[in-house]
Amino acid sequence: MKTLVYAEHDNASLKDATLAVVTAASQIGEVHILVAGSGCGAVAEAAAKIAGVTTVHVADDAAYAQQLAENVAPLVASLMASYDAFLAPATSNGKNIAPRVAALLDVMQISDILSVESADTFTRPIYAGNAIATVQSSDAKKVITVRGTAFAKAQESSGSATIAAVASTGDAGTSTFISAEIAKQERPELTSAKIIVSGGRALKDADTFAATILPLADKLGAGVGASRAAVDAGFVPNDYQVGQTGKIVAPEVYVAVGISGAIQHLAGMKDSKVIIAINKDEDAPIFQVADIGLVGDLFTVVPEMVGKL
Amino acid sequence: MKIIVPVKRVIDYNVKPRVKPDGLGVDLANVKMSMNPFDEIAVEEALRLREKGVATEVIAVSIGPDKAQETLRTALAMGADRAILVVAEDVEPLGVAKILAKIMGEEQPGLVILGKQAIDDDSNQTGQMLAALTGRPQGTFANTVNVSGDAVHVAREVDGGLQTVALKMPAIITTDLRLNEPRYASLPNIMKAKSKPLAQKTPADYGVDVSPRLKTLKVIEPPVRSAGIKVADVDALVAKLKEMGVAA
Repeated sequence: MKTLVYAEHDNASLKDATLAVVTAASQIGEVHILVAGSGCGAVAEAAAKIAGVTTVHVADDAAYAQQLAENVAPLVASLMASYDAFLAPATSNGKNIAPRVAALLDVMQISDILSVESADTFTRPIYAGNAIATVQSSDAKKVITVRGTAFAKAQESSGSATIAAVASTGDAGTSTFISAEIAKQERPELTSAKIIVSGGRALKDADTFAATILPLADKLGAGVGASRAAVDAGFVPNDYQVGQTGKIVAPEVYVAVGISGAIQHLAGMKDSKVIIAINKDEDAPIFQVADIGLVGDLFTVVPEMVGKL
Repeated sequence: MKIIVPVKRVIDYNVKPRVKPDGLGVDLANVKMSMNPFDEIAVEEALRLREKGVATEVIAVSIGPDKAQETLRTALAMGADRAILVVAEDVEPLGVAKILAKIMGEEQPGLVILGKQAIDDDSNQTGQMLAALTGRPQGTFANTVNVSGDAVHVAREVDGGLQTVALKMPAIITTDLRLNEPRYASLPNIMKAKSKPLAQKTPADYGVDVSPRLKTLKVIEPPVRSAGIKVADVDALVAKLKEMGVAA
């Protein structure tokens, strides 16, 4: 079996999300990587160093600068003539591109897999993780997105794959990149952070959120997340959202501050190793999943913690 | 310009799903069913575009069981003009996208607006697949939609922030949570919806083979996390953090 992994990158650096996909792909067969971008040579070199990868295909063309699905999907579909499976990370980019590839290949995608049971059988969450389904695909080729937190990261440094250029399939001419507003995050990225401090609606407003949560996150060297309620109320941008419809995270330690623990939020963080909850309502559902709970007013507890850490 | 809005009947957002004793699915008997929340956002966006004069007609489509009529009536009560029900059980996203592609061919809409995913199977595929099958551009996970001339600008919710793309119409859009807040249907509109046209079709009418490609071998409940301990004060919590080595 030969697999093609889609590299997550921003033309400058390879993203960690790729490493978990390589691990999943290696459980199916031989692993090749596709780097589609523009001026993405450094990414290809980084991809070639991932343990277990034998070939890195680089499609370097202006048409792939923003990895628009309209341009990238035909490229992947053409390469798939020589592969049995295509795997992409379940990031916003992977989720955008993979189903477009699947339809071009007339294949039913298997989304967000948690494990590889065999070359055609996988487990995946349904109903926001309230159930786990084992599904078997009868398609000749598999198209898969991979939940990054469910697989260990492949080693980043020991490999030595060959790098080969592939021809561009060009610009489909139907979509154009206009602009991006990507928040500059100096803190660890949520999906790869070891520690996450998340705030909920109880933080009142954007200023209070920043004044309360950020010092604690700084002390712990943590990434910062939020519940949907906090995002909807405008305390923080949407990409902070942890939950069923936001980011799925699984850090070593997840600190939930003023988060009641709605089922949609739990779906996004319940695989964290240790969950710590701070909430003034002792009946809050978050305490049913927390390893360590502290009942108290976050506005006194959190500053006290910051002082004592 | 017409807008097509596909909607799906799913287990209600507020119901906790239970795995069936046979371990082959989730129990849907006597469970409250509703329109997929992302699809409500799609209906709302289409209605707003009609109210702005950008669109002239909003057509709600569902591929599902007979009872999906209720879901379509909800869309009609919100304000959609007419509905098409393609009666079929458990059609996978690929099959749904193939049927929608045929309906697009018949109706020639300027936009198709879908929910980014259904909250039952969480596939997040149908919109992208429809775009691929029709060779049209896709604006997935939409946060803002603006039509100008023959292009639509879509601000997309991506990892790290927002990305804005311009798509030539016809285009496919999938909705994210913050695109809008869907309206509630008023009682008079619910009454009016009963007399709006609802056409019934089958996948065979469109010549689409919807046989499944995936077989569900089993469905289980995820491992349950049990509650841990409660600590009395900040000192105890800080001590625990130090014990775990996350604080010096």
